[in-house]
Amino acid sequence: MSNSLINGGSRRHLHKVAVDVALLVVAAGFVVPLLWLLLAAFDARAGVSVAWPHPWTLDNFASILTYETTYRPMLNGAILCGGGTLVTVFASVLAAYPLSRYHFRAKRPFLLTILFATGLPITAIMVPVYGLFVQVNLINTLTGTILFMATTALPISIWLTKNFMDGVPVELEQAAWTDGASTMQGLRSIVLPLMWPGLSVVTIYTFIGLWGNFFVPFVLLSSNDRLPASVSIYTFFGQYGQVVYGQLAAYSMLYSLPAVLLYLVLSRRLGGAFSFGGAVKG
Amino acid sequence: MTVATTQPPGTAARLRRGLLQGLPLGPAVVLLGVFLVGPILYCLYSAFTDMALTGAAGAHFVGLDNFRKAFSSPEFQQSLVYTLIFTLVSAVIGQNLLGMLLALLMRSGTSWIRAAVSAIVIGAWVMPEVVAGYLWSAFLGDDGSFNKILGVFSLPSQDWLFSIPILAVSLANIWRGTAFSMLVYSAALSEVPKEIEESATVDGAGTLQRLWSVTLPMIRRSITTNLMLITLQTLSVFGLIWTMTRGGPSNKSQTLPLFAYQQAFQLSQLGYGTALALVLLAIGGVFSLVYLRALRLEDGRR
Repeated sequence: MSNSLINGGSRRHLHKVAVDVALLVVAAGFVVPLLWLLLAAFDARAGVSVAWPHPWTLDNFASILTYETTYRPMLNGAILCGGGTLVTVFASVLAAYPLSRYHFRAKRPFLLTILFATGLPITAIMVPVYGLFVQVNLINTLTGTILFMATTALPISIWLTKNFMDGVPVELEQAAWTDGASTMQGLRSIVLPLMWPGLSVVTIYTFIGLWGNFFVPFVLLSSNDRLPASVSIYTFFGQYGQVVYGQLAAYSMLYSLPAVLLYLVLSRRLGGAFSFGGAVKG
Repeated sequence: MTVATTQPPGTAARLRRGLLQGLPLGPAVVLLGVFLVGPILYCLYSAFTDMALTGAAGAHFVGLDNFRKAFSSPEFQQSLVYTLIFTLVSAVIGQNLLGMLLALLMRSGTSWIRAAVSAIVIGAWVMPEVVAGYLWSAFLGDDGSFNKILGVFSLPSQDWLFSIPILAVSLANIWRGTAFSMLVYSAALSEVPKEIEESATVDGAGTLQRLWSVTLPMIRRSITTNLMLITLQTLSVFGLIWTMTRGGPSNKSQTLPLFAYQQAFQLSQLGYGTALALVLLAIGGVFSLVYLRALRLEDGRR
């Protein structure tokens, strides 16, 4: 009896060690490219392989931290993605309200269309969007790009916002209505404050998605002074023969930083491995 | 009196109330109509014309010519094959299986190792795709870390981006996308009741057998959903491949999005490029419908 217990214990221990080893092997496979980014950024003579900086230096950062290389693209990115996120969240909150609160005949088909649209490959419609933008003179404008980027994020954003809004009980609003508040006042003063955590998730999720988007601004914008960081990293490093890898790594690091930080906020908000699965499942 | 007066305005008021209630949908409907439905309709139209970037006025209706041209072109067929390989290798096999493996391993590992692994894997996911592209170009390049590692085991080194570019971009996409599957599966596995798995163990089922006949069927719904979503994401990957190989060398990593881009913008054949985009849209549409159907079917069963 005691013998089998010990056996079971040591087998469980062995099992756990095997699992740990397997996890570490996978992690080692994933970490090398990231390690290169971290080390090369601080190495003025960095090549393409992982090497310890010798000496550690901030030279790479110093040489890319200029208005044209870094600040302007970052600012453009902030304007594009910030603007796009604002439009998306605004339109989603408004659209989610009737979808969450009322029953009407077109509701189910509308929701199904939204869910269907979340799956459509946006890459595919860039060619016609380009044609459309040329014809209505929206090509190479920040406004046009913001509106289009907002639309690409809209389906998933409406879906998530509606689900979060469903979690706010309607009774609280009814109390406000009896006090003479209008529907929109109820939305603003009762529903929005209560669904604030969910709304911040939608906001951050949208922003991260837009911040990483390369293809949309790449097709719709052409003037150098309007390009966001996602595209300017490509025009700056992709088009010249000799790439200074240390600078590329430093730039990649700066450009990735907002997404990483916002993700940290997001994961704290959602509590670890999260309701993400739930959000995806609908 | 009340009946007589409220009846006729009743319908009008109902209509007005309905419109008023639907009003908040306005901004979203306008945006989706103008920037999503509009381009799709435009796509449907221009795919049947010989529209070119240069002379916008000279667009003629050419029927199915663009599609005939596409399906008889070896380049297009090649890009379809590469899209298939890329999706199969990087999403269905790579991200899906690796994500599942990680999610399963995460259930029983030392906690600090679990935390470190998920930080690294999710870190790769949060990286913007252009950055991921550059990281992997560096990693797999001639003097890159991958060849250095191979050198340690005295295996032959080569420029992976040059010799098997489609595998190189697939690997990069696995690296970037696995976290998504891992998160979806972790969430799904956390909902599987422990008692059911334990009772299977008591009945003498081995680990693999238990996984196959108890655990996996219970998260069937998440597996379908995840497969559809990662397939759709992978079908529209552009930036990653573009920064790594630009579809080359000699188009050996040119998936459908890159082929459509090249034809429409670099060769100025907007009509033809749109027809290609429409093929991609149709493939995506089919997968999206399957995804929708899977969600609904499973909902009905619950």
